[in-house]
Amino acid sequence: MNSFKGFVTKEFKQIFRDKRTLVVLFGMPVIMLILFGFALRNEINNAQIAVLDLSKDAVTRDLTQKLASSEAFQLNTYLHNYDEVEEVFKSGVVKEIVVFEKKFAQRLTREGIANVQVITDATDPNLANIVQSYTGAIIRDYTQELNYQGKVLEQGIQPVIKMMYNPELKSVNLFVPGLIAVILMLVSALMTSISITREKEMGNMEILLVSPLKPIHIIIGKVLPYLVLSVINVITILVLAHYIFEVPFKGSYALFFGEAILFILTALALGVFISSVTNNQQTAMMISLAGLLLPTVLLSGFIFPVESMPAPLQMVSHAIPAKWFLIVVRSIMLKGSGIEFLWMETLILVGIAMFFMTLSLKKFNVRLQ
Amino acid sequence: MSELAIQTEQLTRTFGDFTAVDRITFDVKQGEIFGFLGANGAGKTTAMKMLTGLLTPSSGTAKVSGMDVYKEAEGIKRNIGYMSQKFSLYDDLTPEENIEFYGGVYGLRGQELKQKTEELIRSVGLEKFRKKLVRSLPLGWKQKLAFSISIIHNPGIVFLDEPTGGVDPVTRRQFWERIYEVSNQGITVFVTTHYMDEAEYCDRVSIMVDGRIDAMDSPDELKRTFNASSIEEVFIQLARSAERGEG
Amino acid sequence: MNPIVQISGLSKNFGKVEALKDVSLEIFDNELFGFIGPDGAGKTTLFRILTTLLVPDIGSASVLGMDVVSDYKKIRPLLGYMPGTFSLYQDLSVEENMMFFASVFGTTIEENYDLVKPIYSQLEPFKDRYAGNLSGGMKQKLALSCALIHKPELLILDEPTTGVDAVSRKEFWEMLHVLKGEGISIIASTPYMDEANQCDRVALIDKGEILNINTPKNITSEFKKPLYGLKHPNKYELINRLRDFEYSDSVHPFGEFVHYTDERGKIDTDELKNYLNVNGIREPIIKQIDPDIEDMFMSLMKPEEMDV
Repeated sequence: MNSFKGFVTKEFKQIFRDKRTLVVLFGMPVIMLILFGFALRNEINNAQIAVLDLSKDAVTRDLTQKLASSEAFQLNTYLHNYDEVEEVFKSGVVKEIVVFEKKFAQRLTREGIANVQVITDATDPNLANIVQSYTGAIIRDYTQELNYQGKVLEQGIQPVIKMMYNPELKSVNLFVPGLIAVILMLVSALMTSISITREKEMGNMEILLVSPLKPIHIIIGKVLPYLVLSVINVITILVLAHYIFEVPFKGSYALFFGEAILFILTALALGVFISSVTNNQQTAMMISLAGLLLPTVLLSGFIFPVESMPAPLQMVSHAIPAKWFLIVVRSIMLKGSGIEFLWMETLILVGIAMFFMTLSLKKFNVRLQ
Repeated sequence: MSELAIQTEQLTRTFGDFTAVDRITFDVKQGEIFGFLGANGAGKTTAMKMLTGLLTPSSGTAKVSGMDVYKEAEGIKRNIGYMSQKFSLYDDLTPEENIEFYGGVYGLRGQELKQKTEELIRSVGLEKFRKKLVRSLPLGWKQKLAFSISIIHNPGIVFLDEPTGGVDPVTRRQFWERIYEVSNQGITVFVTTHYMDEAEYCDRVSIMVDGRIDAMDSPDELKRTFNASSIEEVFIQLARSAERGEG
Repeated sequence: MNPIVQISGLSKNFGKVEALKDVSLEIFDNELFGFIGPDGAGKTTLFRILTTLLVPDIGSASVLGMDVVSDYKKIRPLLGYMPGTFSLYQDLSVEENMMFFASVFGTTIEENYDLVKPIYSQLEPFKDRYAGNLSGGMKQKLALSCALIHKPELLILDEPTTGVDAVSRKEFWEMLHVLKGEGISIIASTPYMDEANQCDRVALIDKGEILNINTPKNITSEFKKPLYGLKHPNKYELINRLRDFEYSDSVHPFGEFVHYTDERGKIDTDELKNYLNVNGIREPIIKQIDPDIEDMFMSLMKPEEMDV
């Protein structure tokens, strides 16, 4: 046990002496959070819209006015008939066309229901989605107003769109859980694999293998420091997210950290596994980045929703631990869900973690070949 | 052109308050084989970097092929060849491709490059290996090839940094015979080595201790002056007096 | 004497490369045994098999009476091993490196201080310096101290003196002699032929094959032909003329001399001197000399195979 303690001490010393890496490790979460929080937000500003008003009554004018005066939209032009729709989109400036049906106000007051068609330019699907949601929200607002004034009864104006849990559609709320997953992958898997392959490169691994240290000691000694660093990083992100971006945290902290540690263990096991199949730092880094980090960013639902991926990619995403972790963390943070709703995802994470831990232990050779 | 390939006066390089090279003054004649010896950390590498135009001296003067190391570093680089133990050959290219690449770097083109490549392949004896990757060549052949490539542009001086590390004794000697050949053609050879018997092959030898050149002469004269039976003994006498500790 | 290492019929391939071909030998208790050969001779592969880090393809090896494959767990703690690529932890200080290796082997510096003292005491003035800032010779000393810290029964040192200057090399061998005096058995490899004389017995190894095993003295006494040393200021011409000589057998530059053997064995040196004088080598010095390990190694070496 004494030899194990010596090993862990050495690991910490080495980590804290490598100032440059340390700055990256602790600076990265901050920089990434700020990047995602400020620069890459999904909110829109002054999106150009056009209106095709087939009714031209008080209500449609009013509604058009509402849309145009919102910060999100800018009224670009009025259309006169449907034939112009494609032409306008082709120009590329207008992102959305709002069409009011004939006799809009009349239908609204008599039948209590009127139709608005919202046509979006879906060449940029993300933007189209957001534009559509905003329009929905503004129309819904207007309907409520009318309701209060007693002008409209029951259903009001279609469509009715409701955004729950993230009513302002703040992207940072979604990015924080994803960011946690990415940082944990980076620190746990990448750093572990690099640190173990460095021992191999320097020839020190040969001595460690010949020493009384058991492989399990070497593995635990290698991953323990990164487990600690990872937890510190998670806390940093949570604190920043809370105080700078006011991201809500509705669920249980204990459950959250339990799940986080589960995910860290998976990532660490992956790191050990990578280091057991490579012999130099460069390869380990390439595999970690291409094999772990990219899928975590692209296929986990961090940036692109899993549901909108083609079926084969959806299948692949099931094998990505970050996907399950993301579902769990988003539910805990934004919905306040408890384990009773998340047991399935948690079990899947446990399964993946166990699988890779066993694999990396088996693969970790007592010899050089 | 002067008769001197290298000419230094009070050449010094400091790093912070550490004097790596301490006022060294020496000449190397054109066509000479000059052995540059010294213990680990005595300052050989730093001196070599200054002479090859990779590092600016702190003070003193040095001329290589008649060019000033301060002002004409680029000119020096075109006029010297360099080969080190950690060779510069590309492992994943064939000997032919390596020759063509380096020939190209030094401005050889078209027919001239083709002819040089053939000549070089033949002189090293690599006809059978020409289409194999350099990776698969035995160490000794790689070193011979690297040496030949380092002089592909007919430089006035070639710098060899521990060129024979780890090779077998026969290949090592073949390598030295190549050095004699090259020196016979008038190319100056500036060489460092840890094999003390190789120091005896040189026309003149300098021994660096603590950044200074403490001895410089022909091997025979050095042995006479230090009353020693081999250069190794001379080296040990001098290096033992080092104060730098070997830190 | 007790054999502590027994190797018989050992072969190891890496893909097409035959790293070791049918190697058999014995090493005895408290011997300072050297493997002498150039890079790629198979020294490192052999050492990795002895340290139980590689498994042989064919043949068997035992260390300290135990089989390297089945008893690897028992062998490992008894070994002190210094791999060829070993470079310590550059970002730890001298003392921290020592403490680390001591703790890994379940001991402390104090416990075995007597053993490492002759070496480690030279490093103690620099004990707070990072290993990365040490010179080559100092690094080797630190690496040796680290390999010794758990008082191993057998030291296995893979090219401990490579890339180190002549003075540090000499000091390193002096330290090994001290350790041998303490009763430790030592196996070391080196590409420097002249270091063979530091060993009790040596194995000359090249291209995976053992060329000869004996004491350094006996190895040179096996040199069959009389050896002549020639000296002349124009060494290059001397070599060329000797090669052209009709009875020339081998011609090798050798320090200040050129070593020469003749197809006819013993010769009349005046005849050779005459030949040289006629061919532009005036007044060469010619004398019969004793061969050394390097002469022997070259005479035993097989020529480089040209078809890869």
